Amino acid sequence: MFKLLKPGKIFEISSKLTKYIFILFIIVLSIGLTEALILSPEDYKQSHSVRIMYVHVPAAWMALGIFSVLAFLSLSIFIFKNKNFFLISKSLAPSGFIFSIIALVTGSIWGKPTWGTWWAWDARITSMLILALFYLIYLLSWKVIENKDRAIKISSLIAIIGAINIPIIKFSVNWWNTLHQGQSIKILSDSTIHSSMLLPLFIMTAAFALFSLLIFLMKFNTEMIRIKNKGLDRL
Amino acid sequence: MINEIISMKGYGLYVWSSFFFTLASFFSLYLLTKLELLKEQKKYILKFGSLSEEKIEIAKDQKINKEILLNNSITKI
Repeated sequence: MFKLLKPGKIFEISSKLTKYIFILFIIVLSIGLTEALILSPEDYKQSHSVRIMYVHVPAAWMALGIFSVLAFLSLSIFIFKNKNFFLISKSLAPSGFIFSIIALVTGSIWGKPTWGTWWAWDARITSMLILALFYLIYLLSWKVIENKDRAIKISSLIAIIGAINIPIIKFSVNWWNTLHQGQSIKILSDSTIHSSMLLPLFIMTAAFALFSLLIFLMKFNTEMIRIKNKGLDRL
Repeated sequence: MINEIISMKGYGLYVWSSFFFTLASFFSLYLLTKLELLKEQKKYILKFGSLSEEKIEIAKDQKINKEILLNNSITKI
């Protein structure tokens, strides 16, 4: 498995894949936008504001998912002493950060017509803000710390500490009385969302995942070229 | 029909601004990442071009260097 995670191998694959992922992303996004904005029905309670869910929910899912991967890879750096994982984590973080910001901003926009306020210090919203801050600190640690080994250690620690927030975000709606609505989509039991709304939600999630993959591949290539640039100096 | 899609019974401003913010964020991140990649590629090619022939041969022996040079045009989406 680790052979597949070798930077050289990933670079070879990513260089070839980038343009196909880009084309696929545009196609899936176009279908998703058509479904979300035109074809899907309005909600009987929330009316058309429900459409915000098609960008808010996938963004929140992606932000949580990417940070979980970051934390897992960071832990792997300490356990397996394999520093190649840092390249993957570092390349994943920017899209995760953008998704957390999108989730917060679109959630706030949705909150105004639904709750009558742009912001509430509610458990789900606050923990999501903390996640965005962890992403920001993680990204800043790479910019601020010049020594590469120290940057790997500190950024990995930030991701591991930040992982404590993941179950808090997930279960905040169950643990506390929150303004934020409870879980509507369940893996182990029936979802409370109609299939006509689930379809655009899943298409938009696929589009967001493809975007994340695209940015990851481009960032990974950039990091690899940067490393090879330094390698040319040593020839 | 079009007016209905735009106004969305008074929710249009909220819905459209959410989607616009999302797409603008995507575009900004894509553009920043692309520019960063092109900058690094340019730096790499300049440095590679300034190497002596002997060093170029050594560098070409590494598969990844070949890949970087080969994929320079492919990644220009």
